[in-house]
Amino acid sequence: MTDGNDGSRFDRLPPTAAERRVAGRPSREAVVGWWVERFGIDEGTFDGYTFWEKGAGKVWAFADAVESPADVEGLGMTFLRTRQEHWKPTTDAVQRFAADAERNVVRLDDADARAFLRGEDTDPGWDGDWGYLIAAHDIAGAVEPIGVGLYVHGELRSQMPKGRRREL
Amino acid sequence: MDPLSRYEPLVDDPDAFRAACGRSLPSVVRVNGIKATPERVERAFKKAGVGFDRVGWHEGLFRLEDGESPGNSWPFVHGWVYGQEEVSALPALALDPRPGERVFDCCAAPGSKTTQVAALMDDRGALVGNDNDLGRISALRSNAERCGVSNLVVTRQDARNVSLKPFSGRRFDRALVDVPCSCEGTVRKNPGAIESWSLDHVEGIAGVQKSILGRAIEVTRRGGTVVYSTCTFAPEENEAVLQHAIETRECRLVGFDLPVDSAAGVTEWNGETFDGSMRLAKRIYPHLNDTGGFFCAKLEVTG
Repeated sequence: MTDGNDGSRFDRLPPTAAERRVAGRPSREAVVGWWVERFGIDEGTFDGYTFWEKGAGKVWAFADAVESPADVEGLGMTFLRTRQEHWKPTTDAVQRFAADAERNVVRLDDADARAFLRGEDTDPGWDGDWGYLIAAHDIAGAVEPIGVGLYVHGELRSQMPKGRRREL
Repeated sequence: MDPLSRYEPLVDDPDAFRAACGRSLPSVVRVNGIKATPERVERAFKKAGVGFDRVGWHEGLFRLEDGESPGNSWPFVHGWVYGQEEVSALPALALDPRPGERVFDCCAAPGSKTTQVAALMDDRGALVGNDNDLGRISALRSNAERCGVSNLVVTRQDARNVSLKPFSGRRFDRALVDVPCSCEGTVRKNPGAIESWSLDHVEGIAGVQKSILGRAIEVTRRGGTVVYSTCTFAPEENEAVLQHAIETRECRLVGFDLPVDSAAGVTEWNGETFDGSMRLAKRIYPHLNDTGGFFCAKLEVTG
């Protein structure tokens, strides 16, 4: 087992931890299981997807398959950050896959949704788990994810990437 | 010189052509089917007081009222819409990709057509979006991410000699060849496109276009589809490029339908004659549908 990870290319995640050859690399089973467990997302959502690491802990999700390793500029979308104490979903993945999430979704009112989008901290009165939550709001007849919030010490810290923040 | 005047002999109504070229175009957004439906976008725009008109020939296109900025709304933040000129939505319709196929977009950035192709594929299969410029690739990636595209492979290669090595040598089912061009067709958006026009540039870029189209045909499987498009009226960059392709590669032009009015491709220009199949290509002049100008052709790979 090597302890390295080549940040210049995409390496496909092993199906399970038992098949792991790069130390610290998460498995497909663990990555999918995390989304199912944390957000109650249907496992079938990820059927057909392959998962890839580029740079330590930066996991991408791709709807199809190519040969591994892949020397390309992008492969699907950024999906999850692992290799830190708490795994962190990306804004892209939450917007793409979490519309039907059943757990750890904090629904923001209009003013808080706008503040969240500006990158500000809010106090939505959440009494569930601490940690990374899906921040969502009601729009056009359904709940829609906006991004990722870190809930600690009674406040929701917006994790909107700087380039995605907006003043509406 | 005034480049538009050189095309007057080609159009049915030169006065209407000139008049349309002089009018500005509204902002248009296309609904991104990966994340939203036209109905949901309509509902969100109405709630937010965004003024719009639905485009008659495409249920997913919304013309915004003057002064509306597409980037400053919840539908944009959610990746439900993408700012895209109406005619620019045509080549993806001509390409007609299916979910699960392998599709190549050789000049993909910044990604309006790429994200549309991904949505037509239902975000399934593999879509390779290529560009040769890192800055433009960055724009492509950011647009694809906002649209929730997860079937896109981004590559950085010169489209004239692109390699199939990252794809195990397998050829594609379809290729979109939306090449860099002299862009007079965008005059209603960018009057500068006319000011910077020169015949030298047209002749130089036509060589690049021939190489890019030729390579795209080579990396598409027998029986596969290649769509060639530009936003120029210049036959040097349109029919002459296609003529070169059918003479040097195993392919032929095929007929196709578009939901807008168009004129046939030309078979003669400045003393040069082209194959009769060029009539299967479509020229979209600004006065025909009150849009920007465009050119689109569909090829079948036969070898």
